Amino acid sequence: MPVLVHLMLVFGLLSLLAVGGGTAVLPEMQSMLARHFGIDHTTFVNIYSLGQLAPGPNMLMVVVFGYQIAGFAGAGLVMTAFFLPSCLLCLGCGRYWVSIGERPWRRAAQNALEPISIGLMCSGVYAVAKNAVLGPFSALLAVAALALITFTRINPAFVILGSGLIGGGLILLTGLR
Amino acid sequence: MLHHNDAPPGTDTAPSLIDLFFQFMIIGAVSFGGGVVAYQRLLLVEKRKWLDADQFMASLAISQTMPGLNSVNLAVLAGDYLRGVAGAVAATLGLILPGAAFVMLVAAAYSSGHEHPVVNQLLAGVACGATGLLTAITAKLGGKLFRQVTSLLIIIATFCLMSFAKLSLVSVLLIMAPIALFIYRPRC
Repeated sequence: MPVLVHLMLVFGLLSLLAVGGGTAVLPEMQSMLARHFGIDHTTFVNIYSLGQLAPGPNMLMVVVFGYQIAGFAGAGLVMTAFFLPSCLLCLGCGRYWVSIGERPWRRAAQNALEPISIGLMCSGVYAVAKNAVLGPFSALLAVAALALITFTRINPAFVILGSGLIGGGLILLTGLR
Repeated sequence: MLHHNDAPPGTDTAPSLIDLFFQFMIIGAVSFGGGVVAYQRLLLVEKRKWLDADQFMASLAISQTMPGLNSVNLAVLAGDYLRGVAGAVAATLGLILPGAAFVMLVAAAYSSGHEHPVVNQLLAGVACGATGLLTAITAKLGGKLFRQVTSLLIIIATFCLMSFAKLSLVSVLLIMAPIALFIYRPRC
């Protein structure tokens, strides 16, 4: 299969499977990119992490995977394939809901999908952590970032930058992992 | 609830497509560190009053139920409500273009530097920070769901099927969605 068609199918499918937000598809995206396009797990986590520095919706780093695999055409294609299907579905269903009004089944569907998407997000945390946390020092760094984001009002983008500069610097200087 | 026929956005309040695009582009450009939905609420409900609070909550509920990113779905619904399909396109493109341009710049830097040992250590640090952020978001969104037995069991089952049984996402959803829908079915 030509790589662009394959890319489109993979990200189009991920678009429609992203229940409860984009992070639910992280583990599936990681394994699909490794299996079909040779993006290793460390590269995946690096690009995902850098993507968290970007403004806007939090899954825009998918564009970078497209770029890595098939250049600018890949980037444009992945952006379209990852956003267009879910947007069209939302547009259609949004209008449908507007015309029928609130139904008990919409509430039921949302209630049912919430714990599933949290479970998938836990898998996302696990997938990212497995490749980011390599020893006690990186574990400490991740916990420190978690605590700062949870208990202070500091902007998460600064926490990630700081974690890179200070934490990365310490890893470099001390050789701790 | 959103209704296209009751009080359609009057000519005095309906924004131009360019205005819609730029307002969402500002959000797409300044929302470093997440919280995009909060910026959208500020724009739609408070700053421009394009939606009232109930309309916003109804749109958010639909955004959360449908697949896709909540903030992107919200841009689709608000844009469609205000200016039809063209409005949905304008709002959505405005929201995602700045961040997409940002990640492409980062990607260029990454491609030229990721073989370098110093860059690698910095990336290792960034990845730890991102792990902390993702954990914080999951904990916050999960909130009360982690403290209720039923939802906690669904969370654990989903996590195990995905991370340990290593099923595909399609299979996990085909197994878990019917179970969860049955558990949370409407009671009348």
